[in-house]
Amino acid sequence: MSLSVAGTATISPLTEAEVARIRADFPALTAQVNGEPLAYLDSGATAQRPQQVLDAEIDFLRYSNGAVHRGAHTLAGLATEAYEDARETVAAFVGAKADEIVWTSNATDALNLVAYGFAHATAGRGGPAAQRFALAAGDEIVITEAEHHANIVPWQEVAALTGATLRFVPVDDDGLWTAADAAAVINAKTRVVAFSHVSNVTGFVAPVEEIVALAHVVGALVVLDVCQSAPHRALDLTALDVDFAAFSGHKMLGPTGIGVLYGRAELLNALPPFRTGGSMIETVTMESSTFMPAPQRFEAGTQPVSQAIALAAAVRYLSAIGLDRIEAREEQVADRMLAGLAGIPGIRVVGPARGVARAGLASFDVDGVHAHDVGQYLDAQGIAVRVGHHCTQPLHRRLGLTATTRASAYVYTTDAEVDRFLAAVAEVRPYFGVTS
Amino acid sequence: MSDALSGLYQQVILDHSKKRAGDRVLATADATRFERNPTCGDEITLQLSLAPGTDIIDAIAWQGNGCSISMASASVLSQLAPGLTVAELQSTIDEFRTMLRSKGLGEPDEDVLGDAVVFQGVSKYVMRVKCAMLAWVATEGTMADAAAARDEAARASGPELP
Repeated sequence: MSLSVAGTATISPLTEAEVARIRADFPALTAQVNGEPLAYLDSGATAQRPQQVLDAEIDFLRYSNGAVHRGAHTLAGLATEAYEDARETVAAFVGAKADEIVWTSNATDALNLVAYGFAHATAGRGGPAAQRFALAAGDEIVITEAEHHANIVPWQEVAALTGATLRFVPVDDDGLWTAADAAAVINAKTRVVAFSHVSNVTGFVAPVEEIVALAHVVGALVVLDVCQSAPHRALDLTALDVDFAAFSGHKMLGPTGIGVLYGRAELLNALPPFRTGGSMIETVTMESSTFMPAPQRFEAGTQPVSQAIALAAAVRYLSAIGLDRIEAREEQVADRMLAGLAGIPGIRVVGPARGVARAGLASFDVDGVHAHDVGQYLDAQGIAVRVGHHCTQPLHRRLGLTATTRASAYVYTTDAEVDRFLAAVAEVRPYFGVTS
Repeated sequence: MSDALSGLYQQVILDHSKKRAGDRVLATADATRFERNPTCGDEITLQLSLAPGTDIIDAIAWQGNGCSISMASASVLSQLAPGLTVAELQSTIDEFRTMLRSKGLGEPDEDVLGDAVVFQGVSKYVMRVKCAMLAWVATEGTMADAAAARDEAARASGPELP
């Protein structure tokens, strides 16, 4: 199978032989779990890390560790250089400039940074330049019903703090929504449109270009959650023309404790910081302070330096493989999952139908067996999946489910692992005595 | 399937998770609690009824939505609680909690726990301890609420202080 992408040559997915070679880089994947070889199908929650990423972090700590952006000694210089090189690397990876990349502790932190920027601007912080972010009663913030809690709760707080109204684009019975659905909610009062590029539950790929156009025509800013897309597909945030975007390191072969906020430079320099203190200031008097330009104005206090450097190693690793080839491979893996699950009685897969674009994951309900019990049964065979509401309670409520089981693939997932997973899922209902 | 898994999913647990004792709504109750496990969304609404004028458990009724472990443990609890005093049930809950926190090493007292000893296998699975505790934590809440309501009633009907 191969994919044709408009305007480019045909992209060949990673082969099984290549996946086997990639796997050799991942020490965690050699584990035995409950007497069976680990089949790690929980990369949507957190990915495993290749030796190259582990080495990058350890090497930095061994040979170059020092405080960044302060001090004049050699190690401080080496650390600062490595830290800013990492920013350049990650910026290039998502089609951005270095000063448009803010290090955060994770994607949730990045989304809060934007959301509370709006709240601070509303309170008058940031001066006239920040007034474009000020919200008032009657203004509307638009999200979707399929969002991760990290892209819901901060906006609920901002609405409560500013008097703005939070509205959402409803999803259908499969958890999907269209640009037409969004167009029915976005209007002249809309100031912010925040949504995920790829759903962490359904694998649905949002029509970003259409939503950006709808938002910009009414003067609203677009905040895109790219946690589930940045690790798995080539991303050019400048070309997508989104205003802000957020992602986390640990879902893309990098460390925990590091996330990224992308913002158009002009916007980042106008957005008031909500976390203040050392390193983000220009001049401090006993009465008031002035702030550095972006990105430093958002990086108060000691930063996750070794994590940023390891994240840069992760994006170099992914770039060397090729994001287009990773995406094409994961599309095949998703199709294998969907085809297999469709043949098992009592399984309801949520999200796009087979043949429609989706990320390399499948979330499903097993009739008569709770997701926790499904996950426990699979774990006993060494198969790691996510169970629960996946931080999307409103979406699950809409789907009429309290919890689902999710298998999510990455660059190291083999066909054999998917087949083991499918065989185990087929045994679940018989094991728990569900026959109907 | 591994022996480890059958240690967790004892047949008694699987049976209780399907044929649930106490899965009903009482017309009147001394206290009602809603408990939820926020990490997985499992939830239960549990009612406590005391024999009139006593601190003896008359009934525990519940309705919930959750995994086999959480539903089965609610079922077993609602069977073992009637006839116990509030203090006795609290000791039973304490013993149950100690067993679940034992990481597979505890030696539960079957005289106290009765059928609930089948959840000993859960103690090896730290991620599932909260599932097994769901109804038991809700019950502790209803007992506290019932005691508080009784104290309040005693104060209200007692002699007025000068």
